[in-house]
Amino acid sequence: MWIPFEKGGYMVSRIKERFKVLKERGEKALVAFITGGYPSLEVAGQMVLGLAECGADIIEIGVPFSDPIADGPVIQTASYRALQGGVTVAGILEMVRRVRQQSPVPLVLMSYYNPILQMGLHEFCRQAAQSGVDGLIIPDLPMEESVPLLQAAEPEGIDVVPLVAPTSNRERIAAICAQARGFVYCVSVTGVTGEREEINTDLASLTGSIRQCTDLPLVIGFGVGNAATARHLAPLCDGVVVGSALMRLIMEDSFDRARELVREIKSAISRQ
Amino acid sequence: MSINSFHALPDERGYFGDYGGRFVPETLMPSLLELEAFYVRLKCDESFQEELVHYLKHYVGRPTPLYFASRLTASLGGARIYLKREDLNHTGSHKINNTLGQGLLAKRMGKRRIIAETGAGQHGVATATAASLLGFECEIYMGEEDIMRQGLNVKRMELLGAKVNPVYSGGRTLKDAMNEAIRDWVTNVDSTYYLLGSVGGPHPYPMMVRDFQSIIGRETRQQIMEAESRLPDYIVACVGGGSNAMGIFHPFLNDGEVKLIGVEAAGRGLQSDKHAATLNCGRPGTLHGSYSLVLQNGDGQIQNAYSIAAGLDYPGVGPEHAYLLKSGRVTYTTAHDDDALEAFYLLSRMEGIIPALESAHALAEVIRLAPTLPREAVIVVNLSGRGDKDVDSV
Repeated sequence: MWIPFEKGGYMVSRIKERFKVLKERGEKALVAFITGGYPSLEVAGQMVLGLAECGADIIEIGVPFSDPIADGPVIQTASYRALQGGVTVAGILEMVRRVRQQSPVPLVLMSYYNPILQMGLHEFCRQAAQSGVDGLIIPDLPMEESVPLLQAAEPEGIDVVPLVAPTSNRERIAAICAQARGFVYCVSVTGVTGEREEINTDLASLTGSIRQCTDLPLVIGFGVGNAATARHLAPLCDGVVVGSALMRLIMEDSFDRARELVREIKSAISRQ
Repeated sequence: MSINSFHALPDERGYFGDYGGRFVPETLMPSLLELEAFYVRLKCDESFQEELVHYLKHYVGRPTPLYFASRLTASLGGARIYLKREDLNHTGSHKINNTLGQGLLAKRMGKRRIIAETGAGQHGVATATAASLLGFECEIYMGEEDIMRQGLNVKRMELLGAKVNPVYSGGRTLKDAMNEAIRDWVTNVDSTYYLLGSVGGPHPYPMMVRDFQSIIGRETRQQIMEAESRLPDYIVACVGGGSNAMGIFHPFLNDGEVKLIGVEAAGRGLQSDKHAATLNCGRPGTLHGSYSLVLQNGDGQIQNAYSIAAGLDYPGVGPEHAYLLKSGRVTYTTAHDDDALEAFYLLSRMEGIIPALESAHALAEVIRLAPTLPREAVIVVNLSGRGDKDVDSV
């Protein structure tokens, strides 16, 4: 499954390739989120590999930020501790480089805008691509402000994955999907990241609107914390993101249970 | 860019030159666009303007006096010093100008619940007051550190019926309170109006808050013409997020002969990491929804600001100030904690007016500046708030 180059020397998008394989197998993607650098860069790197081994199809690595306005308490705490431990953007990219030497798993960085802006968008995208980053999710960068990043990412072959929210209307969804690369991240609830008892959004309608605008894979995230929720959402999407629930277990030092959760959810969304 | 174009900003994307914009999660974007459209309509709506003027006059007590501080002037031995008495507004600061404006707007939008962040508690009190007056449910986010040093304002907010939510993250001050308010907003965006207190945040807030605060400058202009038959030589105001300064500066931006000075908090010194001098020491970046100057480390992590004045210790600043700095129209200086304290005591004893520690930073600049100017020079200082809240901190 490790196919780095296609004819012409252009890299095949690992994200695209992974969704293609999953589609052939009739499976949905499990996107596992971890905070980069928690509890340390070294351990986080090992966790990325471990989660990929037990069924995570794509790993989303959170770049810690001092003011994570889109995150709930669990990821806030993990980010804060990672920063206390001295984690930097360069450190995260170095971790990605080490992971990439050992695994072809697609890696998507989730970062707030300011840290990458400070490195310089072109410089960041160049280094990220060299490290083996496949995609970027920037939760505080709406489509109106995203042109500079898209221009920096495109030549490096990095997919900028946009978010669609329950509040997005049809015109916005169409415009967002037109900019999308890799996949579309559908935010399941209005709010911050974190596990939820139930999801009240009319996701059938929201995902339907997205499907009308793009053929790209559609991944649902925010609030997905267990197999039951994931199984319920699977028919509407091509993948789900599990973040806070994993980080909560990791922060409780229950890495075995985190791996178990990944296996459970992967299994729940694969038997449809 | 010609000087006359200052009043044409922001552009349609919410930019003041390089600064401004909207850097928020997609969930909030539809609401921001709706708010902008609603505000642009209301701005030209006579019934809205009449309602606002009515409350500003009969409820807030506007116009506030422009007071000639004769004893302070005589003791400094230079320029004639006028105080724009925003401390005399109902609730004790300029913040009510904005909270009533946005409160009336939220009412017309059909919102039921108002949330806000607060640092010193002045904006929190002004928001709680508007919410009580206009019948909103109200929750205020306030850093735990600020709750401890501004106890009087916490009590006032609670008496006004607001729920004060302590924020324990980060440095536990204004920045962290703002993070938490944004998280509440993103969660309850349909029912809730976020009443932002300064000229920061995503478009249209910097424009809207500036417009509501510009009443300060418009009155000042008329009052100084009555008193001196000319415009002032200097206008001085403190800058945290920058709303009182923007309010008094804006109507004078096109009058090139009026020198405008914003005063930031130098805390314990610009060489220490204990200050809030964003315009003097910050670099461009995004924080809380806008691209402006920000106190940050080399890796783009936002630093905790510090000032003895809880309303100034914010590591960001309104994007229009960043633009006015770059354009050279406004000069931004700094005052240390000790300078502010000295000014705090001086005004209390010299004029019988206890200023807020925030406003005392602007006074500290005046104390430096006035003796260097001839006796016919005129300085207006925006006395943005009263100092009752600070008696336990000095």
